[in-house]
Amino acid sequence: MEYTWDFTVIVDAFPVLLRGLLVTVELWVLAFAIGLSLGFAVSLGRISGRPWVNAPAIGYVEIFRNTPVLVQLIWFYYAFPIVLGQQLSPFTAAALGLTLNTSAYCAEIFRGGIVSIARGQWEGAKAIGMTRAMTMRRVILPQVMKRMLPAFTNRGIELAKVTSLASLLAVNEIMYQGRLLSSTYYRPLEILTVVALVYFVLIYPGSYLSARLERRLAARD
Amino acid sequence: MDETVIRIRNLHKRFGDLHVVKGVDLEVKRGERIAIIGASGSGKSTILRCLNFMEMPSEGTIELDGKLLGTEGRANGGRAGRIYSEAELCALRTRVGMVFQQFNLFPHMTVLENVMEGLITVKRTSKDAARSRATEQLTKVGLLDKLDAYPGKLSGGQQQRVAIARALAMEPEVLLFDEPTSSLDPELVGEVLRVIHALAEEGRTMLLVTHELGFAYHFADRVVFIADGVVHETGTADEVLKHPKRERTQAFLARFTERAF
Repeated sequence: MEYTWDFTVIVDAFPVLLRGLLVTVELWVLAFAIGLSLGFAVSLGRISGRPWVNAPAIGYVEIFRNTPVLVQLIWFYYAFPIVLGQQLSPFTAAALGLTLNTSAYCAEIFRGGIVSIARGQWEGAKAIGMTRAMTMRRVILPQVMKRMLPAFTNRGIELAKVTSLASLLAVNEIMYQGRLLSSTYYRPLEILTVVALVYFVLIYPGSYLSARLERRLAARD
Repeated sequence: MDETVIRIRNLHKRFGDLHVVKGVDLEVKRGERIAIIGASGSGKSTILRCLNFMEMPSEGTIELDGKLLGTEGRANGGRAGRIYSEAELCALRTRVGMVFQQFNLFPHMTVLENVMEGLITVKRTSKDAARSRATEQLTKVGLLDKLDAYPGKLSGGQQQRVAIARALAMEPEVLLFDEPTSSLDPELVGEVLRVIHALAEEGRTMLLVTHELGFAYHFADRVVFIADGVVHETGTADEVLKHPKRERTQAFLARFTERAF
């Protein structure tokens, strides 16, 4: 292969890539934080005995888990505005799609964790006069958090990667900037390799910590 | 002394199509100790669990200190029944404590924290006051040396004594024991029964569902024999356990070959 690497373009492109990285991180943190809280709320619906709460929660989770994320993002950008009667910015549409998608997965993690706690724990708390909310906060969640941590970390890693799909809605995150720059400089090999490396540097610490944490928790039990 | 603390009228409990409790009336006087006995599946535990609403009664009323619990209304199924708010039930459960067969201690909290939990979250006691009251109760059940241990490190008998301390800390007017020794190894039963016996000496109002007929005999002012979801025979320990009048009671007692009383 006769190819002369030229990494000087990276120096020129770096500020733009960095701005892209910032948008990626923004998208990631936003979707994860809101997705977690929303997912918790949905999981409460999932474990509710009332069918009119339970059924919509199941539907919500299943729709987001059984359709491609890319379809969801494109739907929120091109189709949802028609329902809404108002155009969404690419960032808003992508953030919305990623958040709701993440919340559906998080809901299942929360649900699985919560139901894994024996019924006796609820009864023990109930018998001393604790409300359901108190029991959830003081008795159930502290016990499941440990169990759910690896699953949530995996979710976070998955989400970081999936944010790159937002580039297809022209959200100016790092993947989008990378593609743009590589056609500007005609240097896709250098630029896209660096983009991949940036993702790796962003994500690897998380997955490393998660693996270590998992081992430590496993050793303790 | 003759004051009625709990009055149950026409209590029914159905689990789907299964009719477990079929019209029970029972009065509990202050300071009275009642042992509820009967075969497995007779509904005796369910009756007890309805008293602090671990199970919601399908029908019937429960009065505590002369006050009828719940309000008239239509329940989920549209049948006329009583409606209970969470606030009312939580308040009620601080007055009617319960000890379970499986202890149900919180494994992520120490022994002391387990006993303090209700005081802090429900009664909003200050941490210091909660700690001293919890310590007091744990001393009473003989576990002062285990305050900082986690439940997982304790024997079944010790765990059950923590559970008793946890219930006592709330200063309930009535204590319910749901087969408190059934899941214990035989050599650990004694220590738990001794604690329950000591509480009986204090004149506490207690209801005990048990298979330990020997203990029931010494413990109870009154024994209630449950069969097929109804009160089949009731009377003093002597009347029911030594001179049962009804055939079904006699048949049940005959199955306990070792009668320790």
